[in-house]
Amino acid sequence: MSDQSYLSLEKLTLAYGDTVAVADLDLDIRRGELIALLGPSGCGKTTTMRAIAGLLPVKSGRVRLDGADITHVSPNKRAVGLVFQSYALFPHLSVYENVAFGLRLKGMRGADLDARVQQGITSVGLSNFANRRPGELSGGQQQRVALARSMVMEPKVLLLDEPLSNLDARLRLEMRTELQRVQKETGVTMIFVTHDQAEALALADRIVVMKRGAIEQIGSPQDIYNRPQSSFVADFVGFENVFALEGGKLKANGHLYDLQGDVPSVAGLAWRPRMVTLGEGPFRGTVRGTSFAGDRREYLLDTPLGPIKAEDDASAPVHELGTELAFDLPARKAAPLASFT
Amino acid sequence: MNARTLFIPLTLFVVIAFLIGPFLIIVAASFSAGETLAFPPQGFSLRWIAKVFTVESFRASFGMSLFLAIGGTAAALVMGIPASYALSRYKLPGAEVIRTVVSAPIIVPGIIVGLALLRYIVVPFGVGISLALFLAHTALVLPYAVRVVSASLDNLRSDIEEAAVLLGSSRLGAFFRVVLPNIRGGILSAFILGFVTSFNQVPVSLFLSGPGVRTLPIDMIAYMEIVFDPSVAALSSLLAFLSIGIVFAAERFLGFSRYV
Repeated sequence: MSDQSYLSLEKLTLAYGDTVAVADLDLDIRRGELIALLGPSGCGKTTTMRAIAGLLPVKSGRVRLDGADITHVSPNKRAVGLVFQSYALFPHLSVYENVAFGLRLKGMRGADLDARVQQGITSVGLSNFANRRPGELSGGQQQRVALARSMVMEPKVLLLDEPLSNLDARLRLEMRTELQRVQKETGVTMIFVTHDQAEALALADRIVVMKRGAIEQIGSPQDIYNRPQSSFVADFVGFENVFALEGGKLKANGHLYDLQGDVPSVAGLAWRPRMVTLGEGPFRGTVRGTSFAGDRREYLLDTPLGPIKAEDDASAPVHELGTELAFDLPARKAAPLASFT
Repeated sequence: MNARTLFIPLTLFVVIAFLIGPFLIIVAASFSAGETLAFPPQGFSLRWIAKVFTVESFRASFGMSLFLAIGGTAAALVMGIPASYALSRYKLPGAEVIRTVVSAPIIVPGIIVGLALLRYIVVPFGVGISLALFLAHTALVLPYAVRVVSASLDNLRSDIEEAAVLLGSSRLGAFFRVVLPNIRGGILSAFILGFVTSFNQVPVSLFLSGPGVRTLPIDMIAYMEIVFDPSVAALSSLLAFLSIGIVFAAERFLGFSRYV
């Protein structure tokens, strides 16, 4: 793996004072990959990103980029770009000057500079806004300026902090397409941080799920979505019904329950709401909540196993509140979990 | 109209009269044709306004005040801007203590500051009067510099500095390239506020004036003790209009009131 690794984090430990935020993290990223660091707030994803940028000193371990050890290289000499969540545009400079900022520091002047800046601004579709100040632009436009400002520097790695979270739904799709296009055209290695699983699934080549300063699972979006390895990842990507197994039986509220079908010998099983069979099966529950979600209907059941979330086609007969209902958690549909916490 | 509805406009009128009344009286008195400072003025003339410019000691003390206001404020900003930056960007141990010490000259009455400086700094160390005045005015203006500059730094996102660094700038370069240009308005506001504070300062300067070295306000007091003509009123009016002009321009061009 390390032969083709472009950016590697080796036993990386990061701390704020005495509080360790990330411990012994190992991660290898190939050139041109689009990686998502996914996790809830406080999982260390932003901390890891800041350490790659060099904005946070490394407590121990190494950061290697393109064959060189950059652990102690200062952030202004790393060739790592960062698009901030707040965009961090320079308010006193025009769009043009924001994009030209880094190039000027590199000593670029005159026609070379102008050509690069114009190309950068045009590539994000803002050529008519070159003379505007950041304050006169919408959030989406500001983000594109921030993207152009980083990209004209031709960074080895581009980091993005929650790139879609400040945008409305329509702009989000637009920006997602934009990021994929930039990545495809330039082949830049991109790492973005997000707490939104849908964002990570839609955009990334590989997803790194983090929990409390450590990597919980690395995999393709399909892997993460369909084959979560732990109860934490399962819960995070929408498996609402997650249970531990004990001796081939489902363990819930201190009791053991038999499941139908072949039960794999793993630590736990997880079901998405639509994997729960409603109307038949060995378990019984009472409908406590129901809501219409367009093509389907969601149910919340009170059961001896605890609350169960289930879904049915919207065309199926509606189960009213308070009805008692049979249901099944079919073992063959469940995602097997190697670890349960 | 009953007494109730009259009460509020009447109170308002009294308060406003109380605030601007003295100023109007001074302005009126400075155009008097009479020989003594009096209100209502006797006749109309510009002779006392002209006289202001001929009094030698006024010219010297005006120069001194101008030097103190500009030099003291500039010195306070040179110390105050880095101090504000450190206080707003870093979690310093004892930051609150530093903040309190820095703003002490506002809280402690000027007369005490003046006496203390005279008794414990100027006399024992033989500090020259001009230098003592300069140091005192710098210390007096420092709290305003720190407060106003801090306010504009707090309104500025700190991540733009990190953005500048990632684009190749050094930390120090980022301060000059992206922090300073964005707090320019705050710095100018602090300068104006400091200038006016220093220029109008009496109690501290009172203790630190000596033979031949006086600030303008102190000189005016000394002048009035000997000569009771309307030229002091004329000078006061001129200074007041100067201050109003500066503050008005600052508000018009910088949005002064955002920072103060």
